[in-house]
Amino acid sequence: MAEIIVVTSGKGGVGKTTTSASLACGLAKAGKKTAVIDFDVGLRNLDLIMGCERRVVYDFVNVVHGEANLKQALIKDKRFDNLYVLAASQTRDKDALTKEGVEKVLNDIAAEGFDFIVCDSPAGIEKGAFLAMYFADRAVVVVNPEVSSVRDSDRILGLLASKTRKAENGERVQEHLLLTRYSPERVEKGDMLSIDDVQEILGLNVIGVIPESPEVLSSSNAGVPVILDDASNAGMAYMDAVARILGEDKPLRFTTVEKKGFFSKMFGG
Amino acid sequence: MGIFDFLTQRSKNTAVVAKDRLRILIEQERGMRGAPDYLPLLQRELLEVIKKYINVDIEAVKVELHKDGENELLDISVTLPEKSNATS
Repeated sequence: MAEIIVVTSGKGGVGKTTTSASLACGLAKAGKKTAVIDFDVGLRNLDLIMGCERRVVYDFVNVVHGEANLKQALIKDKRFDNLYVLAASQTRDKDALTKEGVEKVLNDIAAEGFDFIVCDSPAGIEKGAFLAMYFADRAVVVVNPEVSSVRDSDRILGLLASKTRKAENGERVQEHLLLTRYSPERVEKGDMLSIDDVQEILGLNVIGVIPESPEVLSSSNAGVPVILDDASNAGMAYMDAVARILGEDKPLRFTTVEKKGFFSKMFGG
Repeated sequence: MGIFDFLTQRSKNTAVVAKDRLRILIEQERGMRGAPDYLPLLQRELLEVIKKYINVDIEAVKVELHKDGENELLDISVTLPEKSNATS
């Protein structure tokens, strides 16, 4: 049985696609056969973050409409044999996806023996976001320590609890928070919400905390998901999050201010 | 860090402000969750009617939906202004 994980947030620009790409790579690296699907029809970007933008021939909408089969549209990752990307359409609009069409594609992927299907949701709470979450077993709600992101996450949590297949069957989608762009220095100064603040307000624990780090941008630039940069704090934090999704118990890292040594204090570092 | 930073930093713990605002807002929004879409409009129209007779502001009219076992209860409360503020 393939497990379907939606990466969602409500608010745009908080790191959904970065997170989808990194979680998918991390799961593949852990030996799980993984597909990652871009649900942002009309504004395709996952291909770019995954670094396979020049290999997109057929997309998700083509498969839904029967213009291509799944095998033709699934792009095999160059780094991992067990990782595949299904790109969004760049030319169609969000109405090109239907519930039945999405369900069929997810079932067909599951039938190929995949362990995980990661659904990268578009921002907002319209059709694309609704379809990305509808069939989910689990949800990773990406949140920034910032008022509008936290508020939107609460909206999304409400929708996960009511507008999903699980909810309609009287079950629950397993929900996790993933806090991104976290800056321990700013939290210490009192101008950023802390992990505890966000957990308390939303009533949910974090599955990972990704520190604000310059490598996120440089990874996007290169088309190599940041989780593959094992020297970066963000990459290591994503690895920890993947381990937790797989049931491991890992303490949080990079969530407190690093104490500077004498020399870096004196000479800047 | 400048030597006068301590003067500006003390009184501005904006994270605390953010947390308080979010806590109130989210509690309120959760209360409205699953409530019918017409509630905000109902609240506005009620306010219009009440305003014809009493000088109240938007904060004074509260429309809430409560569940009482099987029954749903539409709870409308209007806080009247103090006597001196009333115009008619």
